[in-house]
Amino acid sequence: MRMFLLIYIFSLLGIFFSIQNKSMDQSIEDGSMIYDDFCIQCHGPLGKGLTKNIPPLDSSDFLLNIGKSISIIKYGSKGPIIVNNKKYNGNSMISQGLDDEEISDVLNYIKNKWSNSDKSQITVKDVNNIKNPI
Amino acid sequence: MNKYLYFNILLFSFTNSISCQGENPPKINPENKINYKVDVIVDGIDIPWGMDFISKDEILVTEKSGILYRFVDGKKIIITGIPKAYSRGQGGLLDVALHPDYNNNNLIYLTISSQEGEGSGGNTALYIAKLLDTEITDLRLLYKAFPNTKKGQHWGSKIVFDDNNHLFFSIGDRGNRDVNPQNIELDGGKIYRLNLDGSIPNDNPFKTKRGAKSAVYSYGHRNPQGLVIHPETGVLWEHEHGPRGGDEINLPEKGKNYGWPIITYGINYIGTTITDKTAAPGMEQPIYYWKPSIAPSGMSFSTSDIYPKWKGNLFVGSLVFEYLERLVIENNKVVYREKLLDGIGRVRNVKQGPDGYLYLGVEGIGIVKISPL
Repeated sequence: MRMFLLIYIFSLLGIFFSIQNKSMDQSIEDGSMIYDDFCIQCHGPLGKGLTKNIPPLDSSDFLLNIGKSISIIKYGSKGPIIVNNKKYNGNSMISQGLDDEEISDVLNYIKNKWSNSDKSQITVKDVNNIKNPI
Repeated sequence: MNKYLYFNILLFSFTNSISCQGENPPKINPENKINYKVDVIVDGIDIPWGMDFISKDEILVTEKSGILYRFVDGKKIIITGIPKAYSRGQGGLLDVALHPDYNNNNLIYLTISSQEGEGSGGNTALYIAKLLDTEITDLRLLYKAFPNTKKGQHWGSKIVFDDNNHLFFSIGDRGNRDVNPQNIELDGGKIYRLNLDGSIPNDNPFKTKRGAKSAVYSYGHRNPQGLVIHPETGVLWEHEHGPRGGDEINLPEKGKNYGWPIITYGINYIGTTITDKTAAPGMEQPIYYWKPSIAPSGMSFSTSDIYPKWKGNLFVGSLVFEYLERLVIENNKVVYREKLLDGIGRVRNVKQGPDGYLYLGVEGIGIVKISPL
C-alpha cells in the first residue's frame, strides 16, 4: 500500500511538472519552430520587421508589456500600435490560431532571441489568463 | 472611413524608385500621375481573401477568419451554413467562386482550411454548395487534401474555370517542401483540375498512373495564390509565393513540373541557399520571377475599355510592399512593371468585375474599386 501511494504521488508530481514546468530551454526550442512557421515571413529572421507596417521584435519595447504581447498573438490587434516610439498600423497582425502552449513558447523564444534577453518564463497559465484582447 | 482615398503617389514613388540591388528586370516604375480615384465599396473586412461577383452590385466576399459575406444594397450580410474554417497561420476561409452556370443553378465553390478527416491539424478542402439568398444548403465536399498538419503555411488556394467545364484550384506545399511538391502521389504544391461536379476529367495527366493523385494538373509549386484564365487566349496563368527572391509567374500546363524546390531563383528567409539550380531538365521555367519578392496575391487581366492605357495588362497585388502592380506582357514576357496605389495597404486580391472595373481586396479596408477620373 505504501508503495502504491508513493507511485501515485510521484506520477501526480510528474504530470504536474510536465504541464506546468516545461523547461525554459525546451520552451524556447519549441518556440523557434513556431517562429519559423508563423512569424518569420513578416518579422524576418533577424526580428527587424519589414517595411513600414511590420514592427521589429528585436529590442522592441512592446515586449516589456507581457499582457499586451500575449494578447496580440492570441487575438491580433485593431488599429495602430506604438513600438519604440514609432507608430505602426496594427491591422496586419492577425491571430495565427496558436494554442496557449505555442504562444508561451514563441514568446519565450522571441524574448531571448537576437539582442533580447529576459529569462522570466511565460507559462501556459499566463497565456490562459488573458481571456480578452488587451 | 473616408469615401474617397487619395494617395500621395509622388512621395512614395520617390522612396521606392531608389533601385533595389539585384532587382530582376524590368525594374519597377513609379506611377507618373494620379489619374484615377479609389472608392471603398465594401468596408470593415480585415482580410478580404476571395471574392466573386453575382452582378456588378452584388459581391460575395470571404473574410479569412471564416465569414462569407453577401454584399447587396450597400450592406454586407453574413451567409450561414458554411463549413468551419481552421484558422491557423495563413489558413482560414480562402476563395469563393460562382459556378459558371450560377444564374441557373445557384451553385458556388469555396476553398477552406479544413480539419476534416484523420489526424490533427488541417489541409485545404474544396466545397460546392447551393446559395439561397444568404444561406448555404446542399454542402458537398469535392476534394480534401491530406495529410492534416498543424503547419500554418502554404494552403493556396484560388479557384478558376476554363471554357471547357473544368475547375482549377491550387494547394501550396503546406510547409513540407522536401516531401510534397515533387511527389504526385501526395497532396500539396499542386494545381488541381476537376470537372464542375468534382469528378476527375478523363484526360487528366495522371489519371491512369498508379498511386498518383488523379486530380493533379501540374506540380512542383510552392504556394500559388494567383490563378486566372486569360480572358482572350483561354490560357491558365498562375503566380506563386517563392522563398526570398523567388516569386514566380507560370503558365501551368498539363502534367508539367514547375520545379519547386529542386530549382528556384529564391533563397531561404534566413539567407541560406535552398538549391544552386535555377534550371533543370524536365522542369519548367517561370515566365517571370520577382526579385525582390513582392508577395504576390490575386491576379487579373484588364480587358475592358475603362482604362484604355491598361488594356490587356496584368494586375497583381503585393502584400509586402502594399501596392498594386501593373505588368505589361508581350509574347509571354514581362516588358514593363509599374507600381499603382502605393501604400494603400496589403493588396490581397484583384479582380475585374462584370462592369469592367478593377476591384481590389485590401487588408484592413475591404473591397475598393478603381475608377478613372
